[in-house]
This record gives sequence, C-alpha cells and structure tokens, in this order.
Amino acid sequence: MLAYAARRVLVAIPTIILVSIFVFVLQKLLPGDPILVLAGEERDPVVIELLREKYRLNDPLPVQYFAWAWQALQGNLGISLRTNVPVLQLIAEKLPVTLQLAAMAMTFALLIGIPAGIMAAVKKGTAWDYAATGIALWGLSIPNFFLGVMLIFLVSVQLQWLPASGYVPLSESVSQNLRTMIMPAFVLGNALAASMMRHTRSAMLGVLKQDYVRTARAKGLLEPRVVLRHALRNALVPVVTIGTLLFGELLAGAVLTEQIFTIPGFGKLIVDAVFNRDYAVVQGVVLCTAIGYIGLNLVADLLYFVLNPRLRVR
Amino acid sequence: MTLALDTAARQALPPRRSRFWGKIRTNPSALVGGVLVGFFVLVAVLGPWLVGIDPIKTSWTAVRKMPSLAAWFGTDELGRDVLSRVISGAQASLLAGVVSVCIAVSIGGPLGLAAGYFGGWVDAVISRCTEALLACPFLILAIALGSVLGASLTNAMIAIGIAAAPIFTRLTRAQTLSVKTEDYVEGARAIGLRDRWIILRYILPNIFAPILVQATLIIAQAIIAEASLSFLGLGQQPPSPSWGAMLATGKNFVQQGQWWMSVFPGVAIFLTVLGFNLLGDGLRDALDPRET
Amino acid sequence: MTIIPRQARRHWLVAAVCAAALLPAGASAQALRIGLAEDPDVLDPHQARTFVGRIVFNALCDKLVDLTPELKFVPRLATSWEWGTDGKSLTFKLRDGVKFHDGEPFNAEAVKYNIERAKTLPESRRKSEITSIASVEVVDALTARIVLTQADVTVLAQLSDRAGMMLSPKAAQAAGANYGARPVCSGPYRFVERVQNDRIVIERFADHWNKAAYAFDKVTYLPIPDSTVRLANLRSGDIDMIERLEATDVKTAKADANLKTASAVGLGYQALNINLANGDKAKTPLGQDKRVRQALELSIDRDALNQVVFEGQFTAGNQFFPPNNPFSDKSLKIQPRDVTKAKALLKEAGVNGPLSVEVTMANNPRSLATMQVIQSMAAEAGFAVKLKATEFATMLAEGTKGDFQANQYGWSGRPDPDGNIHAFVTCKGNLNDWKYCNPEIDKLLDEARTLSDPAERKKRYDAAQAILSKDLPVMVLYHESWIWGLRKKVDGFVPHPDGMIRLDGLKFAS
Repeated sequence: MLAYAARRVLVAIPTIILVSIFVFVLQKLLPGDPILVLAGEERDPVVIELLREKYRLNDPLPVQYFAWAWQALQGNLGISLRTNVPVLQLIAEKLPVTLQLAAMAMTFALLIGIPAGIMAAVKKGTAWDYAATGIALWGLSIPNFFLGVMLIFLVSVQLQWLPASGYVPLSESVSQNLRTMIMPAFVLGNALAASMMRHTRSAMLGVLKQDYVRTARAKGLLEPRVVLRHALRNALVPVVTIGTLLFGELLAGAVLTEQIFTIPGFGKLIVDAVFNRDYAVVQGVVLCTAIGYIGLNLVADLLYFVLNPRLRVR
Repeated sequence: MTLALDTAARQALPPRRSRFWGKIRTNPSALVGGVLVGFFVLVAVLGPWLVGIDPIKTSWTAVRKMPSLAAWFGTDELGRDVLSRVISGAQASLLAGVVSVCIAVSIGGPLGLAAGYFGGWVDAVISRCTEALLACPFLILAIALGSVLGASLTNAMIAIGIAAAPIFTRLTRAQTLSVKTEDYVEGARAIGLRDRWIILRYILPNIFAPILVQATLIIAQAIIAEASLSFLGLGQQPPSPSWGAMLATGKNFVQQGQWWMSVFPGVAIFLTVLGFNLLGDGLRDALDPRET
Repeated sequence: MTIIPRQARRHWLVAAVCAAALLPAGASAQALRIGLAEDPDVLDPHQARTFVGRIVFNALCDKLVDLTPELKFVPRLATSWEWGTDGKSLTFKLRDGVKFHDGEPFNAEAVKYNIERAKTLPESRRKSEITSIASVEVVDALTARIVLTQADVTVLAQLSDRAGMMLSPKAAQAAGANYGARPVCSGPYRFVERVQNDRIVIERFADHWNKAAYAFDKVTYLPIPDSTVRLANLRSGDIDMIERLEATDVKTAKADANLKTASAVGLGYQALNINLANGDKAKTPLGQDKRVRQALELSIDRDALNQVVFEGQFTAGNQFFPPNNPFSDKSLKIQPRDVTKAKALLKEAGVNGPLSVEVTMANNPRSLATMQVIQSMAAEAGFAVKLKATEFATMLAEGTKGDFQANQYGWSGRPDPDGNIHAFVTCKGNLNDWKYCNPEIDKLLDEARTLSDPAERKKRYDAAQAILSKDLPVMVLYHESWIWGLRKKVDGFVPHPDGMIRLDGLKFAS
C-alpha cells in the first residue's frame, strides 16, 4: 500500500505542474491591467512603469513563469499585488477559516445526510423515503446565493438572531465565532447533506440486497441490528470515500457562500484576486487548492482500500 | 460466430424503447421533473407571446412597485415588469444549461472515449489534463474563463461548457473502460473490425445511458453556474434579463421589504434546477439495468 | 431552528461573564466599530491608493493641514502657513510638542523627510501630486519651507491629504517599503493589528496633542463590501456606523428607530466619457461630431436619473465641480431634456436611423442602473446604446488603449478645483483617455494653477467649462453624496464632503 501511495504522489507531480501552467496562462489571457488600478486614481505613468518592473510584468511570459516556479519550489509564492502581503501569509490566514467552515458544513451534512439516507433506504418506497429524497432535492436545487440572501434577510434582519457577517476568529471568542459561522455552514452544508443522503441511500440499497444481510435476517436478528451492524458498516465504505471527495469540492461551494456572508476565507480571497487580477494570489491559491484536491483524492482511495475488507485481503 | 456476437451485444444494449418509456411513465420523480422542465420550456418559448409586456420597457413612474393585478410579479428598480423578465430570463437560463452541457459533452465525450478506448499515452495525456482541470475549483475556472472571453451570455455558456468538460471526459473514459472488456467488444476486435465501427456500433450505445443521466444532472448545475456568473456580473448583459442578474440586483432591495425582485427569479431558478434533478434521477432509475 | 435562540442565550451569558471580568479594569472603555465599503490597500500614506485607506489614515496619521466641511484649510500639524511673494514657496509653522507613536518628536526635519520620501520612494503614489515641490528647507526646528519649481497653489490642497501625512522618520526608515505592515504616525490613534479583508484595529494614542477630543479607546474598521450586508450589520447593532449607505437604503435606515443617517455632497462627479481621438473606436459620429454628443446630452433627464436610481439622494450635475464647491459656475445651468431638439441635432449631423453606441461600464449595481436608465432615455432620441459591463481593471485598461466608444466612471474629487479637471481635459493630461485636445483649454487651466486669487482662478475655470459644455468630452451626470448610517447613540458626527470619518468629537450618547 505504501508503494501504491508513493506511486500516486509521483503521478500527481505532473498534474500539479500542469495546473500551475494552466492557471498561469489563463491569468495572462485575462483582460484588464491590475497595474492601472494599483497606480492609484491619478495613474502616474512613472509609478506604472516602476510597478511593472517591480512585479516583472515586462518580462516575456515564459521567463515570468519560470521565475515564479523557481521561487515556488523554494516555498515562496510571491507577494500580493494589491496589498503587498506575502501570498503564503494570506493562505495561512485564510485557509483555517475555510477549513472550519468546511468542517462545520461537513458535520452538518453527515448529521443530516447519513441518517436520512439510511431511513430512505430501509423504508424504500414509503413516505419516509419520499420525504428524505425531497429534502435532498431541495438541497441540491436551491442555489447557495439565493438561500444565503434569504437567510440573511430572515434570520439577521427580521429576527435579529445572528449577525449577517463579521467573522470573529475562533481564538478570540468561540461563541462569537460560531454565531457568525452557523448560517454560512448551514448554507454550504445544505447541498452537501443532499449529496451525502443520496450516496448513503444508494449504498445502503445495494448492501441490503447482499447475501450476508439476507443471512443475518434469516438468522432472526432484529431489523435495527441488521441495518446498523451489518448493512451500515459496509455501506459506509463508499460513503466515506465520497465524503472525502466532497470535502474537496466544498471549497468551490465556499466561493459564493463566503462572498455573501463576507467571510474572510479562501473562496473570498480567490474571487477578489481574480477580479482584481492579483496574479500571484490566484496562482498560489489555485496551486494550494489543487494540491489539496489531489491529496484528498489519494486519501479517499487509501480509505477505500483500508475500509474495504475484500480489497485488503488481496 | 457473428450470430453469437449479435445476441451478446443486444443483451448489453439499453432496454428497449417501449420498456424504457414504461418505466419513465411510472417513475414519479421523472414525471414531476419532466413536467417541471416541460413547463419552463413552454414558458420560455410561448411566455413572451402570452404576456405581451416588453421585458426591457422601463417606466419611471412605476419603480419597485408591489405585485398587483397590473404587474403580477411587481416591477423592478427601473420600473420593468418582473413577470415578463422572469419569463424572458427562462430562455437565457434554459439555453445556458442545455448549450453549455452540449459543449461539455462534445468536448469531454470524444476525449474520454479516446482515452478509454486507445489507452497508452493517449490515455496518459488526456487523463493528466483532465485531472489538472478537475483540480481547479469549477466556479473559479468558469469565472476566469468567463472573464477571459468577456461578459456575455454566449461566453458564459462556453466558459461553463469548458469548465464542465472534464467531468464528462472522466465519466466517458470510465464507462468506455468497463465496456471495452466486455466479451462482445473483445470479440469484435478479434475478428478485426475497425475501431471506428466498434466505437459507433458497440461502445457508444452502451455508454450512452449513463452519460445522458449525467448530462441531465449537469444541466441543473450549469443553470446554477450561469446564475452564479450572472450574479457576479459575468453573464447576460443588461438590459436583457437573466435570473442570476435579477437576483443580484434584487437582493439589494430585500431589506426595504421589496422581496419580489429577488424571490421570483430565485424560485424560478430553484424550480428549473429541481426539474432537471428529478428528471435526471428518474432517467437513472429507468435506465439502470441493475434496478429492476 | 430552535437551537438558535439557545445559542444566542449562551452567547449573552458568556458576554456577560466577560464584561463582568473586564469592567474593573476600565470602567469607561468604549469601542467603536465602523463598517467600510472595501478593504483598504497598503497602510502607508505614500503608497496607498484607496478611498477607504484614507478613512483609516484619518485616525492613524495626522497631516499638515485639514479641510473643513466648507472646503477651507485649517491647521492640524501646521499651526499656520504663508505663501512666498512670488508664489514659489510655502512656509509652515509647526505645532510644538507633537510626538509620533514611537515616541519620536515631530519637527521640521520630519516634514523634510516625509516630503522627500513621498517624492522618491519607488513605490510612492504621491509623486504626481507634488511634482511642483522642488525641496524642503528646515528653517528652524518648528519651521519648514517648501520650495516650488513654479507657482502652484494646488500644493496646499495636496498637503491636506495623504501627501501631507507625517510618518515617524525612524519607523519609516527601518521598514522601508514595508512600512504599511505596521504604520507609525502621530495621529490620535495607533495601529494595533490588521487581518486582511477582515478588520483593522486601532487604539487611542495617549500622547496625542489633542487627545481630549477623542472619546473611544478602541476603533475597529471592518470591510464589508456588500452594501446590503453592511446595512444588516448596522441594523442588528453589530457595528456602530457605516460609510456609503446606498441611496436606495436611506428610507429603510430612516424608518429604523435605532438608526440615523448623515450625508454630504461629495467633491467629485460621475460622468459619461466619450472617446474623441484615442484610436479607431473614436471614429464614430459620437466621437467625431459634437452635435451628436449634444444630442445625447439633451436626451438625458438628469433629475429623473437621480430620482429613479438614487431616490433623489444625489445631485444632478453638469460640471466638474459640485454645487457646494465655490468654483462651480452658477450660470452654467443643466439643460432640460429635449428629445425633439436632440433628434433635430442628430439629423443636422447627418445621422439617419438609430445610432449604435457602445458604452463600457464597471460591473456594479450603480453603474448598471445608471446606464440602463440612460440607455432607455437615449433610445427615444435615436441612440441604440449597447452596454458592456466589465471589471474596473478591464475598463481602465481598455480606456488607456482607446478600446472604447464611451465609458462610464467618475472621479472621487479633490478639494482644489485643479484636481477635478486638469488631468482629464488637457492635451497631455494623465487621465485624458478620450484624447480631448484644445489649446485654449490647456492655456486656461495651466494659468489657473498659478493664480492665488480665487476670483481670478474662477474666471479661468468658468471659461473652460463654457467650452467643455459644448465640446462634451466628459458628460457629467451627477454628483454623488457620501451617506453614512449611524446607530442613534453615536453622537457628534460631522459629515465632510471628502467622505472621511473624523473621529474627534465622536462619542456614544450616555
């Protein structure tokens, strides 16, 4: 298994290089000149020229890329054009925020999705099944930004239960932090819960048809015991792997959620960076995301390997 | 020999049309989904004729008016009729969903087929590129592509299509790989049939169903993606309406109690996406040979 | 849903315990939270470029002179000033006993260091503002003479803002271009911490020369770009005041029993700029024939625009200076909308059928709404306006390259009239993306810079505006107002036309 993991990591290297080239080229294709904004409202030509020199924007593109890649290899992702802050520092500041949001959304998704999925599978074809499926479809179909806007209006403005925005770091105040994160986590976890429920349902349906479940039932075991001890354990294998994969996709969902709730996380960082043409930040963040995504894929595969008894024997 | 091959092939082909329709008709989610999608298609095609109010006609005397008999969904910030804008936005949204998925399938499908069927370095190159694209967050990719191409509905569709293409590459490749090892394909190869013929006659029909299901589900996501891009200002250009853009403007007026400007387009997005999700689910159940 | 009230209750409990623990330490400890519309950029007055950055500097960094709501210059770090007889020098008497946040003394040497830094730091964005400053002479410890290369009365106005802010020379020398990470100035508040995109925290500076005027021990600036969310936070009481309340939100804010609003007509303007000679895109009837531009102007009802888009909160305008500016020309009236005359002008210019015009604009709700109203109005006079929304960076890049027929953006405004007009319409103007060039205008505006008599200056500006209102390279549409939303308990806020938040006198009503 170690050899397998090592091989996977090796294979990931060209992928990451491809991502970085791809993002680099894509960014250079973006219209607009960040320097014109950076130069300030007066747009002094002298300042513009100096800034171009400073950020090496006058060099040919391949030179710019290799300069960036060389620095990146040494652990330096450059500095933000807009704020002069090192990209690594920005990532270190923002990543925990998004991770917390993602973790909360994931918890929410697991708490809702798995029980609902089990219920739907066990009571297939009954009202329970339809209700759970209905909730899942609601979660998948309602756009994040619509739900977010409506919740802000309802919960923050009308009822004044929770603040509409204003992130507070965990280290400062846990309760305040939770107060600001609970709504965005709900919005983000909503769609995720739907996915989890669907995957749990179909995995459970598959498992419930298997011989060993039939045997367990034939042995006269009570239904809850069959479902929880025998079926669930096996059904959870694909659910866990898919959950890991979905965790990677949470970041994409976090983009709009963070935008709406003004959470200073990764998603907001990258959208702002794309719109501001903050090249180094986009480059660094996408690189980081890609590594995370590939890493999670690897973890998912390994988990599948570890959890699945049949594969383990081989 | 050929006879045996034919029966084998036929067995693996999707269920006959009549059985498929029978299943679809008894599948509640496909039915509801089909009706919802059909409704919005009708609205998009016939709606503008029925309502007869110009969706871009402004009126300075009727700015942000409550829903009433004269304007069922109220009016927007420039006094335009929200109902006719929602209806005319249906065209943009449906078009965006369907066209972008067509783009994604026609880019991603052939690549995945080639990767799965030929294997070797073709597979290695295509798979690496697919993985690289999948590693970038979808919406970020779409936003960046949308900015590169310039803001317009067409460009938003292209951007979403390109961003979604790797999903289909991966799916088609996986499906092709599993079909390729079936006896009838191996047999067809053994008797020296041409690749093109094998792909068209044996592989395509067998991978068609899962791709169709996936496409229907991705249409739902593409509609949300288009709305998100419009929400961020990268889609349909004003004054032409789009649900995402209406929602983006409307949300600024929710606190004043002027909910209708955002709720109606929001609900429209929700119902359309729900329709495609239900339809996709139903299709999957109907087409899945395992679930009988 | 039921868990939420419980959550909130628990929060109150925690807050109560914390408050009880903190109270004995500082019974009058008061903190103010301000919502900003953007995240400021670098916190170095010489490198900074954003408007919101200036709001923060107002608390962090004192400047030589300050500006009143009536646009008069008043003492701040300089107690008095005097122009040389030839207009080529400006002598400042400096305030005694002023300290920087690091304990260093403020004196004429510091003034010299700062002006030189603003002129020479490679990253400085202040260079074009103070090009006419040749050098700074230290007359004595508390007297600094600024020597100019030519007579230029606009220098005083420049020194009333970022170019005149004084950094601690010691800290600035040590940090170099990275000064913005930990700014050290002499303002009433000192820097505590900053989290990008999240907040900037400052605390009261105990050694400030005017510390009695500042009531709050701690001030936190929170960037909240979405105007709706900004207002929601104000309404829920999570923040105490916000800048740039949307005009369309004023009614809502006023209806809220816990809130009040304040406003001031800004220094700048919003305009439709028309490409006259920058590349091929200028070769349209609109760019080549001023009658077509006049027709477009006649098709626009500025008052209706203000009513529809801004609920009448802003001010319709047709000049480079807002009506509250002493340099605005009262005789240059806004022409009422006249579609018949507009059509006649178009015919005269030989335009048959709808004239297609593409307007580029920034992708924000204001520009979108403004341009859709104009699109609709101009259609009646025979213009088929096509709108193209882009990001601001793209619009500027296309602007400098001449890749636009017309674009819509404005200018935040400067207290001195020169700053509102010179760079936009003189042949070599930095911001003249439309390449308007008229020697007569150049002569008038160059002269106005050198004259110290306001009446004489105004004559030049009036003459220039009379010409510009016919040539119309820049069609001013309206003057923005700065609108603030405040909790009722916030007392003593004085709205200024420069949109800044000055913290002196600001306090919570008891």
